[in-house]
Amino acid sequence: MSDPSIWQQIFDFSDYGSLLALVHNTIIAGAVLGVVAGLISTFVMMRDLPFAVHGISELSFAGAAGFLLAGGSVVIGALTGSLVAALVIGALGSRARDRNSIIGVLMPFGLGLGVLFLSLYHGRAANKFGLLTGQIAAIDTPRLAALIGTAIVVTAGLVIVWRPLSFASIDPEVAAARGVPVRLLSTVFMLLLGLTVAMSVQIVGALLVLSVVCTPAAAAMRVTASRVLVPVLSVAFAVTAMVGGTLLELGSYSVPISPYVTTISFAIYLACRGYGTVRSRRGWTARRPAGPAAAAPA
Amino acid sequence: MTVREPAVLRLRAASLSFGRRTLWSHLDLDVSPGEFVAVLGANGSGKTSLIRAILGLQSLTGGTVEVAGRPVRRGSEEIGYVPQQRRADPLTPMRARDFVAQGLTGHRWGTGLPSAARRRSVTAALAAVGAAEYGDLPIGLLSGGEQQRVRIAQALVTDPSVLLCDEPLLSLDLPSQRTVTALVDRRRREHRSAVLFVTHEINPVLPYVDRVLYLAGGRFRIGEVDEVLTSATLSELFEAPIEVIRVGGRILVAGTPDTPEQAHHDHHHEAAR
Repeated sequence: MSDPSIWQQIFDFSDYGSLLALVHNTIIAGAVLGVVAGLISTFVMMRDLPFAVHGISELSFAGAAGFLLAGGSVVIGALTGSLVAALVIGALGSRARDRNSIIGVLMPFGLGLGVLFLSLYHGRAANKFGLLTGQIAAIDTPRLAALIGTAIVVTAGLVIVWRPLSFASIDPEVAAARGVPVRLLSTVFMLLLGLTVAMSVQIVGALLVLSVVCTPAAAAMRVTASRVLVPVLSVAFAVTAMVGGTLLELGSYSVPISPYVTTISFAIYLACRGYGTVRSRRGWTARRPAGPAAAAPA
Repeated sequence: MTVREPAVLRLRAASLSFGRRTLWSHLDLDVSPGEFVAVLGANGSGKTSLIRAILGLQSLTGGTVEVAGRPVRRGSEEIGYVPQQRRADPLTPMRARDFVAQGLTGHRWGTGLPSAARRRSVTAALAAVGAAEYGDLPIGLLSGGEQQRVRIAQALVTDPSVLLCDEPLLSLDLPSQRTVTALVDRRRREHRSAVLFVTHEINPVLPYVDRVLYLAGGRFRIGEVDEVLTSATLSELFEAPIEVIRVGGRILVAGTPDTPEQAHHDHHHEAAR
């Protein structure tokens, strides 16, 4: 910290009020993404899909970069890339082993394509790195509308499939035996995940999607095993990271949004992990004699 | 032999083949309420496929399966299913009672609302398997034996007339094996559920078994333990010399082609055909 100018590049809160008015849309976008990412990250953790999220986000980046080069819409490009990736991973990788190898093959290819498209692109430089590391570049109203529309679709989809998807994620054999359409749900989930990743790539960037689509639920699961509290906490954590990151980012003119979001997200995770460890030492698993008084709502 | 009640699980001329490989064919099996049938056989003899066929997850090549007088369908509440013991992930966001509740409503759409009636059913199911004291703990933090009790509670929560157990003792310690088999036995005595119990090891269930279904190389034998688990019957079934020895209330079967060496040999044999 010998050079104060570096610190000022990271945090500088002069003119904060006027900036805040400019990024009104961005804060809303961050909050909306936080809600969706927090919800879906619960299933990303339950289904052991963090690596798939990373793979989808690289393909989403390639799609966005390709459309940017071709003069198309970044939003549509990100969506196309991530839906294709989500469907391919979902169709070819029903077993964890297959899935990881397919992702390992797809991901560098997607990243390579994206880098190629970006190096051929001669437009605004901010757009280039924005797709990889996130951008605050004021989100205009049509783009915010697209974001909110996608968020509504994903949230509604998740609410509809919530119980059978949990069942199929935790215990696929018994779920199938009880009549849950396990394969269909897997495809539906991959589509919803693709939509979420496409939203996230546009805000936090392809490299850092996991900080909003995996870390929040990973943190929540360290402190509770309640099927209600995990998604609630996960959403709270993701919204805190997104909105908090946006507000902090305003204080910097050169640093993109992502380091702020990832740092908050990681700090929450560390705190939850610490609390979980202390709790386990004190005996989370202590058996209590059952009685009506010990009961909580099912 | 007492007169049997009408069968609650009924297979008629059931056959299952994958390509040219026949797992079993012309299998007739009637399981009465309260009857405990052990399904034995080497790996790949079609034990799990039989369970899947009864669950409606695997269509038969021929013949029919009926449960409680109706053709099988996926997701029937008449069937409880206890799979192989597989440890739940320690971070699974679910308490033991949520896990049991999945057996009741896990297949329904939506997020579900709290229900007092469901809560009572779940509490009763947990109590019936002696899991009440850890009902509110995370499923992933329970021991293997405790998790298997919770799985049995989940299978029984719909009050099924048929209980299908697919190697539920695998990777459990001896006391947990005894607990699980005793729970299954109590269920069929008190609630008259028919039990089909797939196992590669007869001894843990020997005190409870009424009949044995032994699958081997596309053929099978059904009967009481003393009829099927004999040197003569098994030697005929496997077309190889098999020695069955009874020692101190245990049954030891020697010579079945279930060892890795023999399986390897079979594999080559099959590839050559």
